[in-house]
Amino acid sequence: MGAGHGHRLHFHGHSAVHRAPAHLKILLLLAFVLAVVATPREWYPVFGGHLLLLLAVIVASRVPFRYLLPRMVLEVPFLVFAALIPFVAEGPRVAVPLPGGLELSLSESGLVAAWGLAVKGTLGVLASLTLAATTEPTEVLRGLQRLRMPELLVQIMGFMVRYLDVVSADLGRMITAMKSRGVDPRSPRQWPALARTLGALFVRSYERGERVHLAMLSRGYDGRLPDLDTPPRSSAATRSPWVHS
Amino acid sequence: MHVPDGFFDAPTSVATGVVAAAGVGVALRKARAELDDRTAPMAGLVAAFVFAGQMINFPVGAGTSGHLLGGALAAVLVGPWTGALCVSVVLLVQALFMADGGLTALGTNITLMALVGAFVGYGVFRLVLAVLPKRLGSVPVAAALGALVSVPTAAAAFTLLFAIGGTADVATGKVLAAMVGWHLVIGIGEAVITGLVVSAVITSRPDLVHGARGVRGRRAPLLTEEVPA
Repeated sequence: MGAGHGHRLHFHGHSAVHRAPAHLKILLLLAFVLAVVATPREWYPVFGGHLLLLLAVIVASRVPFRYLLPRMVLEVPFLVFAALIPFVAEGPRVAVPLPGGLELSLSESGLVAAWGLAVKGTLGVLASLTLAATTEPTEVLRGLQRLRMPELLVQIMGFMVRYLDVVSADLGRMITAMKSRGVDPRSPRQWPALARTLGALFVRSYERGERVHLAMLSRGYDGRLPDLDTPPRSSAATRSPWVHS
Repeated sequence: MHVPDGFFDAPTSVATGVVAAAGVGVALRKARAELDDRTAPMAGLVAAFVFAGQMINFPVGAGTSGHLLGGALAAVLVGPWTGALCVSVVLLVQALFMADGGLTALGTNITLMALVGAFVGYGVFRLVLAVLPKRLGSVPVAAALGALVSVPTAAAAFTLLFAIGGTADVATGKVLAAMVGWHLVIGIGEAVITGLVVSAVITSRPDLVHGARGVRGRRAPLLTEEVPA
């Protein structure tokens, strides 16, 4: 199958952050976000410390900020939600003068809450992006395996990551075919066509799963995927054949 | 609706994490009982399908768009346990590989979208199917109603968590009204698309639809009928 699948966020590099064991990185990320979430939002300087720590890791990883920053747009809907909180929250209000003689009445506790959401969410997204940018998907899977995540769950995640781009490309081709026939997939009037497309995608994905399973059986699948135990670089040629079937 | 880090306090995040881990654990066992050694490739491919389906946006109004959550759809197509498992895997992959949804909020996201979404959707689906005539044509209608109820219910569950462990001092009534109202609109889109997708799959491969098992079709499965792509 085509190359490049599942690498959308990975930024190739050889820094110490890239080379660190994945299970360690996952644990550190979890500890970091838990610490960020547990930090009382009024401890303003502590968030500066969190940010400095995170920036130090990013600088050490040599992933450019212009690579990470555009990928933070995921967070925008929640920043909008956070920005609305000062308008609707309870408690004493402060008047914020606006240019033009207008005044904005905002809730004090709402402003603090909005700050808390924005700073914690942003630190969390940036930290998660750093993991995704410095760790190959197979490494993340192996890290999860070492952290004793149930074997079956790791396998399912592995198959999803492996076939994500295949299924997405399948959908992409169908959407292209729809558009070239004058169907706008965003318009609710075309939902019947869109739904038939998704229905066909389900049938194709399900049947692909059945074919993959048969291909695995014919190569001796016994419920375990050996490829996750061996390092990916040295075993590129001997990688378990069924992952590529 | 991927909740980021910091939306709920640490105790709520940990508690929903425990609920999610238990739910996923049971779902793994139940899916394994159903799919046997096909579990890994089948659940992986269905998860990839759910992820691809979530990429499709539909306009909700006021210039914003919602996307398919897919909990009820997956539950009707592959059964509630496998469906919940697949949506959980989608959320895990999105959090760990794509930084979409916070790692501390993963338990909350799985509880709301995978467990509540799939099981409320499937429960309503079964109830409606019990009332409607036992025909294949009833299955998409029941699936649509399941999706319609599941989305605002997940939003109401979000509000409940927000009242317990939320980090903003907003009146619960306001959050409830905003969340449920907004997600009712998204739920209508979800319902129409879910019903149409289930109907499309039933047209070509009724044998693949878990929720259509035991419902007598008026005709034998037409394996030759191709769905226009």
